[in-house]
Amino acid sequence: MVYGVLRLINFAHSEIFMVGGFAGFFVLKYTIGSSTPTGISSVLLIILGILAGGTAGALIAVLLERVAYRPLRKRGAPKIAYLISAIGASYFLLNLAAKEFGRIGQSMVQPYTDHPVFTIFGAPVQMYTLIIFIVAAIMLVGLDRLVSATKLGRGIRAVAQDSETASLMGVNIDKTIALTFILGGFLGGVAGFLYAMNVGVLYSMGFTPALKAFTAAVLGGIGNLRGAVLGGVILGVVESFSVAFVDPAYIDVVAFAILILVLMFRPTGILGEQIGRAA
Amino acid sequence: MKLLGAVFVLSELTAVITGPPGNPTHPWIGFHGSIVDQASFLGLFNIQRWIAFFIYGLIVSGAVYVFRTQKQFIAQVRTAQRSVTSNKSVKITTSIATITLVVLLPTLVADPFWQNAMVSQIAVYVLLALGLNVVVGFAGLLDLGFVAFYAVGAYATAWCTGALPLPALFGVHLNPFYAIPVAIILAMISGIILGIPTLRLRGDYLAIVTLGFGEIITLFANNLNGITGGAMGTAQVPHFSVHVGPVNYVWGIPPVPYYYLTIAFVGIFIVAFSLLEHSRVGRAWTAIREDEVAAESVGINPLKYKVMAFAIGAASAGFAGVMTAAQTNYVTPATFTLALSINILVLVIFGGMGSIIGVVFGAVVIQTITMYLIHNPPAGYQPQDLYIYIGALLVIMMIFRPAGMIPARRRSRTNASLDSSQG
Repeated sequence: MVYGVLRLINFAHSEIFMVGGFAGFFVLKYTIGSSTPTGISSVLLIILGILAGGTAGALIAVLLERVAYRPLRKRGAPKIAYLISAIGASYFLLNLAAKEFGRIGQSMVQPYTDHPVFTIFGAPVQMYTLIIFIVAAIMLVGLDRLVSATKLGRGIRAVAQDSETASLMGVNIDKTIALTFILGGFLGGVAGFLYAMNVGVLYSMGFTPALKAFTAAVLGGIGNLRGAVLGGVILGVVESFSVAFVDPAYIDVVAFAILILVLMFRPTGILGEQIGRAA
Repeated sequence: MKLLGAVFVLSELTAVITGPPGNPTHPWIGFHGSIVDQASFLGLFNIQRWIAFFIYGLIVSGAVYVFRTQKQFIAQVRTAQRSVTSNKSVKITTSIATITLVVLLPTLVADPFWQNAMVSQIAVYVLLALGLNVVVGFAGLLDLGFVAFYAVGAYATAWCTGALPLPALFGVHLNPFYAIPVAIILAMISGIILGIPTLRLRGDYLAIVTLGFGEIITLFANNLNGITGGAMGTAQVPHFSVHVGPVNYVWGIPPVPYYYLTIAFVGIFIVAFSLLEHSRVGRAWTAIREDEVAAESVGINPLKYKVMAFAIGAASAGFAGVMTAAQTNYVTPATFTLALSINILVLVIFGGMGSIIGVVFGAVVIQTITMYLIHNPPAGYQPQDLYIYIGALLVIMMIFRPAGMIPARRRSRTNASLDSSQG
């Protein structure tokens, strides 16, 4: 998403993810206490966690944009400078979180009792899976609408296609880029919270998911929302099936091998790059 | 007003960074301790930390402001500097003085910790930084998995010397000198293997792919128990030794002989890389870095030269791997982490991308500071905190001085665009 506008990978996305996870974790921890809530309060708590994660993610994203990207953009710095700056910022946040939140993983306070809801083809579907599915679907539709139908979305697409011309047409580039970061940060934060609900929080939790998210995005076609979904599904399925064939220690190698293969043979991804079109 | 706010935020951030650590069950301890706790203000009186740091911040920004307004003064210093550094005799004197200092250093530094650090943490890192400089500085390719080549070199040494579970490479347990060519060749091959598919990519894809590559090498080193010795690695790598005719010498535990050995090789690499920089290949790298399309149109094959940069950088890292393996006797996957890759990157960025002197300077300065912090940690400092400063330093360098402390001359065009905002 952010990539589409800046034509740059946001290296700090893993940290946005991590911060989102932590924000959700702390908010739930202080609101829930020790008992496990049920019914309507569970739903509210999940929404609260999602909002906390998303807000924190968006906040960090804006700060990042301000500190690590904007000064470089103002100067028209070469690409490598952005990359280095982003890596530095990412590394900074990662280790600051390690210091402040400790280096031991914590499991998430559960806002609901996980249990199979129904079964498809004999496979039980857990509550957790269902929640993620619903949230992802809502976010996806929302984002798709936002980008293709609103004024902001049009601005984003315009900046992505040709930022100079866009600014001549009266699009405020700084504002648009900041909003894109907010949007991307919100989504990243929410994802971090959802991920943390299952596996808990840890300062380095963002690294592997971010690498995989990138793989999924490249697989589907960078800047192409539907492609990203397709890429994510394919990657997930391939990984799950490869468990049967490779040592579990090498699962991450599979994702990486896919990434290299895609980049070698079809760098535009399965559905093609669509920077600035349907974004 | 806005400036004041920025100063406030930055100084409080510094307070948090330098403050005590928190933990997951009480997340606010760290922040609370960093902000509200009492701290002595320059030993004069006690005051809450946030106020103390705000005052420091104000003083520093005031100093910077005053310094910046003295433009004439700065210009004078710059021209004076230029006339001094372009003077031949001054140059020769400086280099002779530096070489003498480097040679005499082990006699000046008697502390065993520092003698050891000079080899394993400073000299070896200079080698690594020189190698990465070829990739990042000369050819302009961001490699985040540089540590992989270092690992290849170290494991190749272990292989040749028969320290791995595998049978030794040539059937006999060789001493590490023979491992040098093997390690360099293996590292170069892995550079080429990684380079050919990935170097066609755009810069940011390359960064991610190399990042993944570094992680995967570590993963393999950790899990291929039968080949690499798994997470435990190996601890049986022998020391260097020479048995030629009457000369019988074995490098042992004392670091000083290793120091001279490493320094000699550092010298060779510096000379080789500076020759390379000014050769046809070096010019081709500059051309590709500045404008790949233009370079291609004058008949330079970008892929060929990029792969070459990867291979040459890898060779230097592989060599550093040999030195480390032989000096410390052990090789474990825990050494070869992403953190190390970023650490090496910082040395290059801080010193100045593409500038050999700069990179050596950066490596020496940063590693010395690092070692100092490890040796005499200030109150509340944890070893892992170093990475916070490293990350911050990368951002700061990119914002304020992207060309590094000692910028390269050849990068003038990039430097101009990097520095164009500076007055």
